[in-house]
Amino acid sequence: MRMTAEAATGTETPLLDIRDLRVQLRRGGDRSPLSVLDGVTLTVNRGETVGIVGESGCGKSVLSLSILGLLPGGMRIGGGEIWYDGRHPLHRMSGREIRSFRGKEIAMIFQDPMSSLNPGLSIGDQVTETLRLHLGQSRREAKEHAVRLLRKVGLPRPESLLEAYPHQLSGGMRQRVMIAIAVSCNPGLLIADEPTTALDVTIQAQILDLMRTIREEDGTSILLITHDFSVIADMCDRVLVMYAGQILESGTVDDLFERPLHPYTAGLLRSIPTPEKKNRPLYSIEGRVPALHERGAGCRFAARCPHAVERCRTENPELVAYRDNHAARCFLAETEGVHRHAAV
Amino acid sequence: MHYVVRRLLTLLLTVLFVLLLTFAAFRIIPGNPALAILGTEATEAQIELLEAKLGTNRPLAEQFTDWLAAAFRFDFGESLRFAEPVARLIVSRLPVTVSLAAMALGITVSFGIPLGIIAAGARGKAADLLVSIGTQLGLAIPSFWMGILLILVFGLALKWFAVSTFTPWSENPWLAFKSLLLPAVALAIPQIAIVVRYLRNSLLEQLGQDYVRTARSKGLRESAVLFRHVLKNALLPVMTILGINFGEVLAGSLVVEQVFTLPGIGTLLITAIGNRDYPLVQGLVAFIAFTVIAINFAVDLSYRWLDPKIRLR
Amino acid sequence: MRGMRNFSLVLGTLFVSILFVIMLVSLFYTPHPPNEMNVRERLQAPSARHLLGTDNFGRDVFSRVMVGAQTAFQVGAVSVAIGLAGGFLIGTLAGYAGRWVDELLMRATDALLAFPGILLALLLVSVTKPSLFQTMLAIGILSIPSFARVIRAGVLQQKEADYVKAARGLGAGYANLIFVQIMPNIASAIVTTAALNFSTAILIEAALSYLGLGVQPPDPSWGRMLNEAQSYLAKSPWFALAPGVLITLSVLGFNLLGDGIRDLRDNSI
Repeated sequence: MRMTAEAATGTETPLLDIRDLRVQLRRGGDRSPLSVLDGVTLTVNRGETVGIVGESGCGKSVLSLSILGLLPGGMRIGGGEIWYDGRHPLHRMSGREIRSFRGKEIAMIFQDPMSSLNPGLSIGDQVTETLRLHLGQSRREAKEHAVRLLRKVGLPRPESLLEAYPHQLSGGMRQRVMIAIAVSCNPGLLIADEPTTALDVTIQAQILDLMRTIREEDGTSILLITHDFSVIADMCDRVLVMYAGQILESGTVDDLFERPLHPYTAGLLRSIPTPEKKNRPLYSIEGRVPALHERGAGCRFAARCPHAVERCRTENPELVAYRDNHAARCFLAETEGVHRHAAV
Repeated sequence: MHYVVRRLLTLLLTVLFVLLLTFAAFRIIPGNPALAILGTEATEAQIELLEAKLGTNRPLAEQFTDWLAAAFRFDFGESLRFAEPVARLIVSRLPVTVSLAAMALGITVSFGIPLGIIAAGARGKAADLLVSIGTQLGLAIPSFWMGILLILVFGLALKWFAVSTFTPWSENPWLAFKSLLLPAVALAIPQIAIVVRYLRNSLLEQLGQDYVRTARSKGLRESAVLFRHVLKNALLPVMTILGINFGEVLAGSLVVEQVFTLPGIGTLLITAIGNRDYPLVQGLVAFIAFTVIAINFAVDLSYRWLDPKIRLR
Repeated sequence: MRGMRNFSLVLGTLFVSILFVIMLVSLFYTPHPPNEMNVRERLQAPSARHLLGTDNFGRDVFSRVMVGAQTAFQVGAVSVAIGLAGGFLIGTLAGYAGRWVDELLMRATDALLAFPGILLALLLVSVTKPSLFQTMLAIGILSIPSFARVIRAGVLQQKEADYVKAARGLGAGYANLIFVQIMPNIASAIVTTAALNFSTAILIEAALSYLGLGVQPPDPSWGRMLNEAQSYLAKSPWFALAPGVLITLSVLGFNLLGDGIRDLRDNSI
């Protein structure tokens, strides 16, 4: 379902335009496929950093993988469109076509840098691979370029690092290598799937700094997936809240943090530990995320929502924009006094 | 370094045990070994002569240490039947067995690896069942029967190969190759089954790893992902299995050589056993066991060297 | 995938049962007396009278193959029994006593394992006269290391388990601990090892008999039949087929059985 107000800044075409994306999981035998993503719509404009936040199981990783056609075996895109730079329909590209985008125009970094790097190949091999593939560089050129890249991401002694293997590096260093690989061909869009989740808190800050630097220097747009609100607050311009395969709320970071429209968002914000909440039991949303086959006809959050009414359990609300592209999928947001329930 | 030293010590200990076992086997026979060799018709003088030659009239411990010392110099005494030093006999027959084993290995690798890759690709499809059946059969068919079948089909029915004639490499390389091909195939088949199984599982395991997703996200073609990233990691355990199985290949060749009457170590051993030629049997068994242990050791070391995670610790 | 696994178990049990039945039947009945020679009828192709043809002495191959099953099962059973007994002793001792006893025993079994199977059997057979008994003994000794390993691993693993400590706390003696507490838990591992060793036993016996160093006449053996058959390949290819097929089926059956049991256990964890 389209948002009633597009998030376009001016008349510029968004760099990434996902419309009503549906992803399904095939099941064996003649059981009908399960729906993983149910009509997700989002845009990323040039130079923007958009965040997607949600608990595990909400489908945010599936969303990021579907952009580059990296969905795992049983999943396929069942509907909707993914447009890159207004001209390229990624959703219906063949393998060969989409490969020219991977690592070049659109790059990804993943959550666990240890398992995401090949343990049997040297760092140098893995960094130069994309350079030689997409930029056609020779072995020597690629090596020199790789050294520059490693230096750019803040790694010490890059020349000796080329011969090293992933297991010899710390987690933070490995993630820097992944970032180096990702930005090596100057992508327009960087998709970061939980880039800091597997790292120590201090290292997290460093990696985010690095991403910010790259964004400033190269003008890269970023789609940042995380479950951590502080990362969102730190990095993003706009943010979307996902739950059980749907977007529940979207808007600017300020809007969401200060005036959340959806009870789920409010609940998430409330459960963030802050110094003021010391010595008091931390709020957590009751219940758990429904499994793929447990999603009912009504609002998917209804079972856990403190404000749910009868209508919520039978009808799934549409994503409706209120002010300034601040949208929410909630019946109660439609009524006036919208903040009453949000400020639980 | 520590590890190598430790492994070396274990190796020596194992070799010692093996030599002890080999030596002891012949000394535990009740009665007089010289008598057993010569038979009941032998005279006292003949028996005493043989005893002196074998050294069986000396205390057991002395016999063992002497034999051990000689063994480390590769001096296994003299064959009773052939009146030649055992060591020289072994060396003269070695080339045939080594060629056979080498060819078997070559066939295993050339066929096993592609088949293993295909098997991994066939997962979940009907072909997967075929692969399962194939590998099970490959492991169940005795290699000597396979040899007989090959002779039947390719030697007698199709007449592509001359059976029971062997030409040495020095005389005619092509004919030598031909005479070793069928036995090498017979030996290779169970090994191919093992490689296909292991490689298939190893590949599937690697393909489920995260780094494969990263490789794809870089825009690499599937073939590049497979060959440059996955295969290398998947092959390592398979290669070591092959090395460790070398003992089985050697054991198989003991029988297969007999099927094709090849003049190798295997037929020498069988002949020696038939002749009750104890020094020769002893020397052969010790030699073969030692070779297997040494190769296992080498494979173990090479695995640690090849795996970057372990090498660069 | 579950279907696939039961496949192993089902097929394995089927093959082994068929062979077992053939063996049992052969104790009482065979189409022709297996040792009856009839030179006029030698090396015949399969016919209605002789389902698998005749051998070089005119004996009925089908009957001989049936009786050969007796040897196969006998060798398999006895050698597995020897292996189990020896492995049990070594394994429990090593697992329970620990420290240098364990080290020593394990080094010894490793040394035994270093010999390729048939080589050890050949060594043992070469110091004595080849016979059925020697064959069974040799293969039995060969099987000891694998049983020892499995049992030792099981003992080590279960030794520290709570239920064992509880039993000890209640005053259970060594024998009780081993047999009543620990063994049932490693039973399926032992059965798997037994099945796989059974198939190895059949293979090695066949190879030894083929070489003339195993079972001697008049005891029947598939391996020796293959040896006889090879000399007459040109005259009668049929003779060489039946014994080989049966060896393969037996080995296959026990392998599948062992795999099936192991998969059953892996799944139930």
